[in-house]
Amino acid sequence: WRGIVLPGTESCSELFTLTYGALVTQLCKDYENDEDVNKQLDKILFSDFLPRGYNIGVRLIEDFLARSNVGRCHDFRETADVIAKVAFKMYLGITPSITNWSPAGDEFSLILENNPLVDFVELPDNHSSLIYSNLLCGVLRGALEMVQMAVEAKFVQDTLKGDGVTEIRMRFIRRIEDNLPAGEE
Amino acid sequence: MTVHNLYLFDRNGVCLHYSEWHRKKQAGIPKEEEYKLMYGMLFSIRSFVSKMSPLDMKDGFLAFQTSRYKLHYYETPTGIKVVMNTDLGVGSIRDVLHHIYSALYVELVVKNPLCPLGQTVQSELFRSRLDSYVRSLPFFSARAG
Repeated sequence: WRGIVLPGTESCSELFTLTYGALVTQLCKDYENDEDVNKQLDKILFSDFLPRGYNIGVRLIEDFLARSNVGRCHDFRETADVIAKVAFKMYLGITPSITNWSPAGDEFSLILENNPLVDFVELPDNHSSLIYSNLLCGVLRGALEMVQMAVEAKFVQDTLKGDGVTEIRMRFIRRIEDNLPAGEE
Repeated sequence: MTVHNLYLFDRNGVCLHYSEWHRKKQAGIPKEEEYKLMYGMLFSIRSFVSKMSPLDMKDGFLAFQTSRYKLHYYETPTGIKVVMNTDLGVGSIRDVLHHIYSALYVELVVKNPLCPLGQTVQSELFRSRLDSYVRSLPFFSARAG
């Protein structure tokens, strides 16, 4: 974790807790003794944050629903509104703007003027290829999958890499249908 | 007034938790089959209610009652289903079922990374807090009425 500090602000504390917990759990599975886990935590390679983000997302959505009392969204536009105005506000204290809707209404961009997750972050020299914010894409994907939407989320601009803003492109792939478990008639 | 039992299901039909307080008659089938029966019935009722609704759907299926008991239903957009059977004196308890979801399931299970999702909840803390909560409800009486 050297060189990377997560903001300790109120609104980030839950995200941080989930992040840290999922990460440690995974490492505990991968390594047999605590000493090795500690070493991993110390020199951790963030090359693939996406799966970890996903695991956070599938849980974070429940916390979000429990606290926001938002009901099912009827379409992707409503989903975009809830993500930007309720979810981002709740967890990161910011409200990204929603822009660049595709004509079919199945793609939009979230523009973050500033990304609180990276407020106190500098990429150490040996982690310059880190897509630190990639965690957010995984979180979005995991969370939406739990409410029956298969989406793709990716960064097209990143302030950590020198861009003026941070832009996440969201694309609706398909609706995931409720299925009766196998063996039920 | 009393609470008979409670089921908690996830979006795949897995029974995450079952608790019983006052149940004088069992279903006569193994528990695993009982959970499947309950889930299958709920799945069908939800679909039926939505299809046959003469108006635009708002909340969907909420409850049913017989001459002896009332089944209350609460579902989240993530497919978590809370089912509570009470006696007939109990009105709408959506706030209670929402509390079981948000303050108990989400707080104690979802937010604990060592609790795996998608399977029966092993957490003793969850079980005991849920038990205390249900016993503290105004419509729960220790003596089944």
